[in-house]
Amino acid sequence: MLQTYQYPKFEYVKPAELADATTRRVPVVVVGAGPVGLAAAIECRLKDIPVLLLDDDDTVSVGSRGVCYAKRALEILDRIGCGDRVCGKGVSWNVGRTFFRDREVYSFNLVPEPDHKRPGMVNLQQYYLEEYEVTRARQAGVDLRWRNKVVSVSRHEDHVALKVETPDGFYTLEADWLIVADGARSPIRHMLGLDIEGRIFMDRFLIADVVMKADFPAERWFWFDPPFHPGQSVLLHKQADNVWRIDFQLGWQADPEEEKKPEKVIPRIKAMLGDDREFELEWVSVYTFQCRRMGRFRHGRVLFVGDAAHQVSPFGARGANSGYQDTDNLGWKLALVMAGQAPEALLDTYSDERAQAADENILNSTRSTDFITPKSPVSLAFRNAVLALAQDHPFARKLVNSGRLSVPAFLTGSVLNTPDADPFAGDMVPGAPMDDAPVIDNGADGWLLDKVGNAFHALYFAEDPAAVDQAIAAALGDLALGPVAVKPMVVSSRPGPVAGGIPVLVDSKGVAAKRYDARPGTVYLVRPDQHVAARWRGLDPAKVKAAVARATCNA
Amino acid sequence: MPLNLNPNFFEPGKRYFRDFSPGDDFYEMLIETHRDLTEAQSAQVNAKLILLLSNHIGDITVLREAMAIARAGA
Ligand SMILES: Cc1cc2nc3c(=O)[nH]c(=O)nc-3n(C[C@H](O)[C@H](O)[C@H](O)COP(=O)(O)OP(=O)(O)OC[C@H]3O[C@@H](n4cnc5c(N)ncnc54)[C@H](O)[C@@H]3O)c2cc1C
Repeated sequence: MLQTYQYPKFEYVKPAELADATTRRVPVVVVGAGPVGLAAAIECRLKDIPVLLLDDDDTVSVGSRGVCYAKRALEILDRIGCGDRVCGKGVSWNVGRTFFRDREVYSFNLVPEPDHKRPGMVNLQQYYLEEYEVTRARQAGVDLRWRNKVVSVSRHEDHVALKVETPDGFYTLEADWLIVADGARSPIRHMLGLDIEGRIFMDRFLIADVVMKADFPAERWFWFDPPFHPGQSVLLHKQADNVWRIDFQLGWQADPEEEKKPEKVIPRIKAMLGDDREFELEWVSVYTFQCRRMGRFRHGRVLFVGDAAHQVSPFGARGANSGYQDTDNLGWKLALVMAGQAPEALLDTYSDERAQAADENILNSTRSTDFITPKSPVSLAFRNAVLALAQDHPFARKLVNSGRLSVPAFLTGSVLNTPDADPFAGDMVPGAPMDDAPVIDNGADGWLLDKVGNAFHALYFAEDPAAVDQAIAAALGDLALGPVAVKPMVVSSRPGPVAGGIPVLVDSKGVAAKRYDARPGTVYLVRPDQHVAARWRGLDPAKVKAAVARATCNA
Repeated sequence: MPLNLNPNFFEPGKRYFRDFSPGDDFYEMLIETHRDLTEAQSAQVNAKLILLLSNHIGDITVLREAMAIARAGA
């Protein structure tokens, strides 16, 4: 098979702990250097927390795994300093075509929503993503230890004890907090005897990565019941380096070993391409998928993130995408708890908020899977009727479900939100993931989401900075002095200085005011993970302080 | 009113943040309604559903249009 990617081999270094018999105590250990564990470790460093990242392997993800990274994941990658490389190497696509039997039913054009920094989705092989995160983790000062395998874990009142196996023998460690990112099989979940519940889909999928020799459009093609693979579905997707991802639904009866053989795979792909286009296989595997999650993601000082906590079928690409949102949600909460600025109860809201999001992801990917692979004759009849009507009728097109774009959950039920007391229109409700908008900062074009995050922010909307009088400027400035600091910012239609040196973002196109339904005097309190915590039509410092207390379980 | 062929699903009092959600809610409910039924039972359920919904719509010009579209290419 052809290789377009050179797998890096990361150097194993003999840990100092092996030399002496004392057990070292560290603030945070992350287990698993997959995309989610790497993000968790970088997140700790952004908060100045020393962190040890242990991985049993010495390279990046091998073979065909994640492909699509959605807008919210890209925004988080921006915040942790990997967004530009991922988007620079990744492939953007807009056109999707849906085929039913021998004809194209319809196509859609996912024109990126204007005035957002990042597109809805980019495609990139998972190994690149991990490689970029490893570089960033090292630069951020993560103590990354390859070929360090956690073999036992025990929970204690004020720490977690670990035993780690290396090529040179075993050592022990104590961690104040343990972040578990050891993937779907999660050895640590098993070591602790914790359950994960859900369903497995009785179906198998052949996943092939092929290198095309000639140009082929950067589009997503999805076939239901095509002549070259009757009764099943097929998906074709472009990745970087002219590598294409092809998914063939095989059915439960298929023999995985047989199906993986090149003499079986190549004719399938030839039939699909329908011509003499040349290609070479890069990687072939057969997968089954499940949708399940743990009941709770926090067990005392052990915090589960990513695939270890929840898994979905890949239709809709919600795996790594939702894992990044876990660490986005957990990072600031853990930092506040460790600094003594919030009670441990704040970490339970990590579990509550992300379990709600996991349920939404499982719901959406289960619905997609059920549409793509109908389980009964009547279900198949409805599915085919939708596809038959979709060619001519818009309502049926909306029902065609070949995977819903991965989008973040609106955490509207969270106890951390302060409910609206003033009327607002639009979607930026308490609990909403923030919408982006173009802004000008100190004369330079930029994006709202690049200006917030990693701390609580109070956004004060104004027509003109001159309208922000001394009293308001002083009240905004005071917010930074509370028990949990809030950084104030003025979002103004026009440029100009504000008293007290409060930063001013110029909403040059009026997009921020529109998306946030803001008027002069409107205040938004936003969390370090770029979610709305509270909003008002005027500034009342006592209300802002109460909302901060509520958003940090200090109320 | 002519037959509405644009997306039209909603649930009163429910707030949607994603445009695909109401249609997906409906579709799941439809498939769930048939869960664990035999093919004959499902055919009966579908027949009853059509009768119930037709009566609800009432307007025979609308029903005539829908029936013509449904039958085309059958
Ligand atoms: C075919 C396919 C397509 C997919 N497509 C997408 C997609 O388009 N978009 C998307 O977002 N997601 C996609 N996914 C899902 C995505 O690959 C996973 O969600 C993602 O890898 C989860 O990351 P993680 O860091 O939680 O776990 P993993 O990536 O599984 O990483 C776990 C790490 O922990 C290490 N480890 C395990 N046990 C130990 C131990 N005892 N000690 C030390 N280290 C240990 C492992 O070596 C590994 O490095 C896809 C998956 C598949 C299979």
